[in-house]
Amino acid sequence: MTKLAQLMEWIDARFPATKVWNEHLAEYYAPKNFNFWYFFGSLAMLVLVNQILTGIWLTMNFTPTGEQAYGSVEYIMRDVEWGWLLRYMHSTGASAFFVVVYLHMFRGLIYGSFRKPRELVWLFGMIIFVLLMAEAFMGYLLPWGNMSYWGAQVIINLFSAVPYVGEELAVWIRGDFIISGATLNRFFALHVVALPMALLLMVFLHIVALHKVGSNNPDGIEIKKYKDENGIPLDGIPFHPYYTVKDIVGVAGFLFIFCFIVFFAPELGGYFLEAPNFTPADPLKTPDHIAPVWYFTPFYSVLRAVPDQQLGVVAMAASLIILFFLPWLDRSKVKSMRYKHWSFKFWLALFIVAFVVLGYLGMKGPTPMRTLVAQIATTYYFAFFLLMPWWSRWGATKPVPERVTH
Amino acid sequence: MSNDGVDNGKRRFLTLATSAVGAVGAGFVAVPFLGSWKPSAKAQAAGAPVEFMIDKLEEGQMVKVEWRGKPVFVVRRSQATLEALKNSTLSLKDPESTNVEQQPEYITGVTRSIRPDILVLIGICTHLGCVPQHKKATEVEWGGGFFCPCHGSQFDLSGRVTSASPASKNLVVPPYYFMSDNQLMIGLDKGAA
Repeated sequence: MTKLAQLMEWIDARFPATKVWNEHLAEYYAPKNFNFWYFFGSLAMLVLVNQILTGIWLTMNFTPTGEQAYGSVEYIMRDVEWGWLLRYMHSTGASAFFVVVYLHMFRGLIYGSFRKPRELVWLFGMIIFVLLMAEAFMGYLLPWGNMSYWGAQVIINLFSAVPYVGEELAVWIRGDFIISGATLNRFFALHVVALPMALLLMVFLHIVALHKVGSNNPDGIEIKKYKDENGIPLDGIPFHPYYTVKDIVGVAGFLFIFCFIVFFAPELGGYFLEAPNFTPADPLKTPDHIAPVWYFTPFYSVLRAVPDQQLGVVAMAASLIILFFLPWLDRSKVKSMRYKHWSFKFWLALFIVAFVVLGYLGMKGPTPMRTLVAQIATTYYFAFFLLMPWWSRWGATKPVPERVTH
Repeated sequence: MSNDGVDNGKRRFLTLATSAVGAVGAGFVAVPFLGSWKPSAKAQAAGAPVEFMIDKLEEGQMVKVEWRGKPVFVVRRSQATLEALKNSTLSLKDPESTNVEQQPEYITGVTRSIRPDILVLIGICTHLGCVPQHKKATEVEWGGGFFCPCHGSQFDLSGRVTSASPASKNLVVPPYYFMSDNQLMIGLDKGAA
């Protein structure tokens, strides 16, 4: 026995190192027909690592006070060695996180990855999504630019729509009667300590739940149905090395685009870093045109579409909450879009249009015409989900293959 | 107590009692954690009233005054504006200012002010807290007032919200009084120390 094998034996007698490695990588059998859409889970992990690493390094020079936060970000950008790169990796990483997470969720939507028995995988994922929104929102306050300030003002005031205790609730969240250094400081604590810990825990649970039931695939069929004499799925291949290697290709492609943005267009024309945020926070002046960062705009449009404050907040919350119920709304006989009735693609295409239109309108100032369009898109957004139990059953499905196709 | 046989009833009771007492304890422990989020003594002390001279304020002009870190709008309204407010054709959600939380009790009527010509408002949109932009009566066809750039809420020159706005309440009138003809005290009721 080699020294290394002896060491592994010593460890395995005390800690299940080999067992965990095998169960989750070397002997975790994933369907062999994964396609392009299956890159985004591992990419989300990559971006998470990027955010944590660059975030830790940014805290080394950031000062979370109302007086110094803006200046300390400029200090990071100008005077700290490589500070500009760490900050742009972090700010670009925030947008990249939402890009890959939205695509990851879309993959789930088209292949029915949220359907039984993967409901908990979806629910843990949705909690990750909501935590991620909170994390991004609080992170956006930290540079203490004018858009940071007014964005936080708008979102915290959402809570003042709560009946009776709303105003006190908003004061409690802010720690002051207006957004102030007290707000900044607690958001910093939540952004760098509390939410990342919650995120890591949920990511862990998301993967534990996934590995219990096994991955779905583009055909939306269960590979565990046909196993060989050793109990290994005939259509499964070990995650490592097959998918670790495939995912490295995805990582290379992703980093190509990511690095291009970091080095050549870190503001991405105002979509990743908004222009008013290059002036310090001013409690007396709202920017002429206030808009959240692009990844919040679809939900922000829903808020604005309703001409009543409390109902607007309810609608926005509902647009997120309804996603949690997806596993019980889809009543189609088959999971994957490939074998659903053609009408699924029709409703889905309209949904993509509505979502993108809402996102676009959320970046623009309000006009009567735009509000009307946002109201139509919002109505469709809700109709898509609320009527899903009916339209998903409508029409004949195509025969589902016994074994995966590729 | 016998050594054989288990009294499951007693076990359940003890488990429940321990859990209940534990939950009460956790509730007490939560108090300092939740309470620490409230505004500190320092933040509460920052709310002193401010004085403002209105002699240089021209007709139609608006000035922003800072009080408690919030913008306070002071506008001198013309006779024509006051007439227009009285005969307003705008559709308003609360034209009579019946929501008592939005102004001190001495603020009544369509002008929502102590002196008809001087309007004092907290310049924070009642929707989601942005600072609305002042639009002069001569600037826009809807009679002038305040337009919130965030979500498009509109308020007339008395701070009353229009029906088409996402905001539901009129702009807040802070407590204030006139120390003399041209001197305004913002943040205090008359007679209050």
